[in-house]
Amino acid sequence: MSLKITFATSARVLQQLRHDPRTLGLMFIVPLALLGLLAWVYSATPRLFDYAGPPLLGIFPFIVMFLVTSVATLRERSGGTLERLLAMPVGKLDILAGYALTFGSLAIIQATLASFAAVHLYGMDVAGPQWLLVVVALAVALLGTSLGLFASAFARSEFQAVQFMPAIVLPQFLLCGLLVPVALLPTVLQWIAHCLPLTYAVDAMKHIATETTVSGRVYVDIAVVLAFALVAILLGALTLRRQTK
Amino acid sequence: MHDAAIVVDNLRVVRGKTAALGGVTFTIVPGKITGLLGPSGSGKTTLMRAIIGAQQITSGTLEVLGLPAGHETLRSKIGYVTQMPAVYNDLTTKQNLEYFAAILGVSAQGVSEVLRTVDLEPQAEQLAGSLSGGQIARVSLAVALLAEMPVLILDEPTVGLDPVLRQKLWDLFRSLAKQGRTLLVSSHVMDEAEHCDDILLLRDGKVLSHGTKKALLHDTKTTSVEQAFLKLAGGNHES
Repeated sequence: MSLKITFATSARVLQQLRHDPRTLGLMFIVPLALLGLLAWVYSATPRLFDYAGPPLLGIFPFIVMFLVTSVATLRERSGGTLERLLAMPVGKLDILAGYALTFGSLAIIQATLASFAAVHLYGMDVAGPQWLLVVVALAVALLGTSLGLFASAFARSEFQAVQFMPAIVLPQFLLCGLLVPVALLPTVLQWIAHCLPLTYAVDAMKHIATETTVSGRVYVDIAVVLAFALVAILLGALTLRRQTK
Repeated sequence: MHDAAIVVDNLRVVRGKTAALGGVTFTIVPGKITGLLGPSGSGKTTLMRAIIGAQQITSGTLEVLGLPAGHETLRSKIGYVTQMPAVYNDLTTKQNLEYFAAILGVSAQGVSEVLRTVDLEPQAEQLAGSLSGGQIARVSLAVALLAEMPVLILDEPTVGLDPVLRQKLWDLFRSLAKQGRTLLVSSHVMDEAEHCDDILLLRDGKVLSHGTKKALLHDTKTTSVEQAFLKLAGGNHES
């Protein structure tokens, strides 16, 4: 690992995004707009907004980061720049960490904006500390980034990469406990739900939203999400091959 | 230790069911430009990728600077330019070079020097994606020139460039070779042979001949590389 190369990669990814202000704008504005829409939908039943808002705060960064990262790394793979980098004195983790650093920083901004707007603009009631919402959102964003990196290895085109989003994200969305609490799911689905990272993120968000004191469970949830992210990053590193058949 | 830069011995690369390279043997010494000539599909790119260590080899040996191809140390010794320019289209010319310079530990001054070398100073602040094909190819070439790598593997670097620029690049390659560096330059245009010290003729994954242009023309009793290739390829068919 070389910190210098990690930072150079992170700066380079940021430069690329700065030349693409529309993507950057979409990353920040879409979650804000969706949360606003949700608040409007629930305007007659604000309690439901308090119930669904916090988990969605955790799910938006996951989806956005998954998409952005999988397409960005796919470009890097198909454009020949990845092969070029791997033929240079560069560690695979330097490249991955560089991506994670930039997208993680953007996720912090996104999560801060979204949670601030949810609480102060749309009137979402959060019992626990607001900063913890941002921490969970960051963990989820890192998860999205690392899963996106991993998934991009199995996509041959940007069409396929985008299709991985519903394939990987939507099952987690259905089972994470937002639509139906995990305890009320059929037994087999409960097992599956407990193997999926988003379940833990949503659990953490629900606890922060409803409890004034932070229980240890929230930290365990966050640790589980980060562990999934780490495993996905390491699996992603395995998909970066210096040599092909 | 011998002073050969690249030693290839009975190299075979099988991709899928077809042999991309079928028993290739040759040696390249430093300070020379070797032209890797052959038609499209003859195995030029596969051979180059094997030398930089990106292509798994099936059998045989391949050594660069005395180390097996793909050795970690070689990553900072070989400059490689792919046929398709490998640069970031959504970065400017300069940003592209600065990023690779940071990886290779090259100074800002090194970046401006290379920009001048490939004649892209006016395009420094332009997005690579908005450049012409020939200009992007030069950005890609510039990346390989950043660090002063002893071995340069250039896959069709002059294709599609205007003749003036092509001549300039060959002059550049000549000056690099004079510094004692090893250059392997591929082309499917046989006329490019005139710029090379040695010619390695490749067809269907096999070496047809390897030596100076003079020796090639003498041995085949022909007057151009194109004719020599035809003669050798024809002879190959009969055998």
